[in-house]
Amino acid sequence: MYKRFALQSTLAAMLLAGVAMSASAEEPRKGGTINFVAPYGSSFGTLDNQASPATQDEFVTKAIHRRLYAWDGNANKPVLDLATEVSASPDRLTYTYKLRQDAYFHNDKKMTADDIIDSYKRIMTPGKAYTGARYISAIKGASDYSDGKAKDIAGLKKIDDFTLEITFNEPVNPAFQLMQPSTVIYPSGEADKDSFKSHPIGLGPYKFAEYVPGSRLTVEKWDKFYGADKPHADKINIMIMGEASARDVAFRNKEVDVSVLGPAQYVAYKNDPELSKNILEVAEVYTRLVGFNTDFKPFQDKRVRQAINYAIDSDLIIKRLGKDKAYRAVSWLPLSSPAFDKAAKPYPYDPEKAKALLKEAGYPDGFEFELTATQNESWGLTIVEAIIPMLDKVGIKVKAKPVEAAVLSEVVPAGDFQSFMWSLESGPDPMTAMQCFYSKTSQSACNYYKFNNKDFDKLYEAALSAPTEEQKNDLLRQANNLLQDEAPVWFFNYNKAVMAYQPWLHGLQPNSAELAIQSYEQLWVDEGVPSGR
Amino acid sequence: MIPTILAVSLLIFVIFSVIPGSFTSSLIADGKGRNDPKVVEQMNKEFGLDKPVYQRFGSYIINLAQLDLGQSFRTRQPVTHMLLERAWPTMKLAIAAMVIAILIGVPLGFVAALKPGSLLDTTTMIAAVSGLSLPQFWLGLLAMYVFALTLGWLPSFGYGDGGIRNLILPAVTLSVAPLALLARTTRAAVLDVMSADFIRTARSKGMNAYRLVTWHLMRNALVLIITTVGLQFGSLMGQAVVIEKLFSWPGLGSLLVDSVSMRDIPVVQGAILMIVLWFLIINTVVDVLYAVIDPRISHG
Repeated sequence: MYKRFALQSTLAAMLLAGVAMSASAEEPRKGGTINFVAPYGSSFGTLDNQASPATQDEFVTKAIHRRLYAWDGNANKPVLDLATEVSASPDRLTYTYKLRQDAYFHNDKKMTADDIIDSYKRIMTPGKAYTGARYISAIKGASDYSDGKAKDIAGLKKIDDFTLEITFNEPVNPAFQLMQPSTVIYPSGEADKDSFKSHPIGLGPYKFAEYVPGSRLTVEKWDKFYGADKPHADKINIMIMGEASARDVAFRNKEVDVSVLGPAQYVAYKNDPELSKNILEVAEVYTRLVGFNTDFKPFQDKRVRQAINYAIDSDLIIKRLGKDKAYRAVSWLPLSSPAFDKAAKPYPYDPEKAKALLKEAGYPDGFEFELTATQNESWGLTIVEAIIPMLDKVGIKVKAKPVEAAVLSEVVPAGDFQSFMWSLESGPDPMTAMQCFYSKTSQSACNYYKFNNKDFDKLYEAALSAPTEEQKNDLLRQANNLLQDEAPVWFFNYNKAVMAYQPWLHGLQPNSAELAIQSYEQLWVDEGVPSGR
Repeated sequence: MIPTILAVSLLIFVIFSVIPGSFTSSLIADGKGRNDPKVVEQMNKEFGLDKPVYQRFGSYIINLAQLDLGQSFRTRQPVTHMLLERAWPTMKLAIAAMVIAILIGVPLGFVAALKPGSLLDTTTMIAAVSGLSLPQFWLGLLAMYVFALTLGWLPSFGYGDGGIRNLILPAVTLSVAPLALLARTTRAAVLDVMSADFIRTARSKGMNAYRLVTWHLMRNALVLIITTVGLQFGSLMGQAVVIEKLFSWPGLGSLLVDSVSMRDIPVVQGAILMIVLWFLIINTVVDVLYAVIDPRISHG
């Protein structure tokens, strides 16, 4: 009896010890240096993040700066960051924010409502073109201020140092607007000093330490950061590494802690018994597509657009060329969108149906169109080459028109194309994403297809004024299904972002908005990190 | 020098005015694929992109005359400041590569020429042809695999603290092509001089081998070698583009490539002007050296 009790006690103690050990293994370790990677270019565009929409520059924003809202990469939703609470007026036009009283800039200055007001005013400075203006212009009176018609932005009202009231032009969810990287908050009066451009000051978990343009940016832990018990690591080196093969060598050589993988590397890493253990995969909010210009006569007929969707074997292309580093697109909104319809099915591969639709539409012998595309390996000419023979089978001839990325983004908003291939952001805010198919959105903004459908417009407008998030998402879900049927584009795939990480790195978030952009304060390294760091 | 700079400035200006794509469109490409027409209009206005090309060129030349290269569209910082920040790493890389090329290439070519047809000569020439034909990108990757990943001797990328450890791999990779060319040129120059009458005369007069090589052979072959060194040194700044991108080296080349794709025209103009200026300075130095090595050239 005693023996049995002793055995049970020992087992229980061992079990508890095991749990405790495993818990301590998950306990974030303080200190150490993380070598992160910024893979989208060979430099940062600018250290003035209010002036840049580039994803590459977000690697810096995330470390040094903060916005009124933040994107929670774990929950995949926007959350309040520089405020502790917010209340909305019944008409959803005015929001009152109780600001944090424990947020300090890297120059030791305490953040107040003035810093937010001044930051937004700077973004709207008359005669200047900061890219954040796109989002701040939603605030009442921001455009008047920018046009020089007002001395202040009418919609920004300081109640006291830590209470701010923001009034918008129309009912919006301000979270998606004010979480954008180009709406970062700077300390009042600092941003236009020359030194700020090379030595930025923010509210983030890390303060600027050193920048070697074209090579690396180093940030160091900010001890007065308001995040409880964060950040964990002492230092982050953000290595600028645009070359995938160089990144691969550096990762295998343990010089960097993460690597964003392309299709070829994805296969190699998945097949490697060691490397495959530490891979993070996420369906990102980017939809790859071929957009049809409805100014081109054949594309005015929905049946033609549908026929193209039926005629292309998307699954085969994703498997063979994309190496399965993508998820098949159903419609415009991505898998992680709250308005995505989980019951919806993508267009099946059915060339016979495509032929029948073309015949019905008056194109029994097909037609020819020009497809403008870049060299991108995942949504460029390689894919175009694959769809040419598939469309040829149903009588449609495709003429590829290769262009550079900067040219694609010039000709498409200008409407100078018959069709184009691109990877476009379709989230995280479904409302903003769906705006690109609203008939009142101009082609130069993002309705590149000149899509005009009354039923869609009604659903979109109803979603705009929907009283609850659930109702809004339900309406947008219907609108998204309508889009699938209308087929203003060939729905190709949603990007599967893949990041390989070293076994000693922890705290990575499955950020569907952009996997490579991580909240550094949540990252930590265990004892396995190479010595010397 | 001034006409060359003016011609280059005009050429860059015309090219970037004609080719499609603009700074604002590159921002959309670099961002989320969405456009705000009002911000685009404002941006064109702020950077003067809404003005006609001749007006923009006029103000550029006026500013250039005052040594003002303008302001970067991307960073809103003075171009001169950005170029100076990037020039030293590129010069360091180019100088290191050239030193390696000279220290190895010239003696190799010399030795090969002194024993034409020998195993050493054949091996050197095969290596030289290979060095000239191998793509730098591939060579760089190979060097990374061998010296960083396999042997673990050196870091595979980056500038580190600016020390020599991070310089070795990119410099060696960059030096391969000029080294090969220098070895071939030196061999050809030495062989050419060796068949000259004055060498035969010196030999028949009983001049010792050391004096023959240093006084007659080397001095006469040096003119061609220095021409090659000058040309290669000048073009290394341009060649460094690939290496800088591959090794995340913070130089002028990677700045130029990024600025071209972002259509940051003031920086492109400034960077190209700097490369042209570098080339012109090296050529001038080479011309001066000619006269020092062979006084007949200055008399001529």
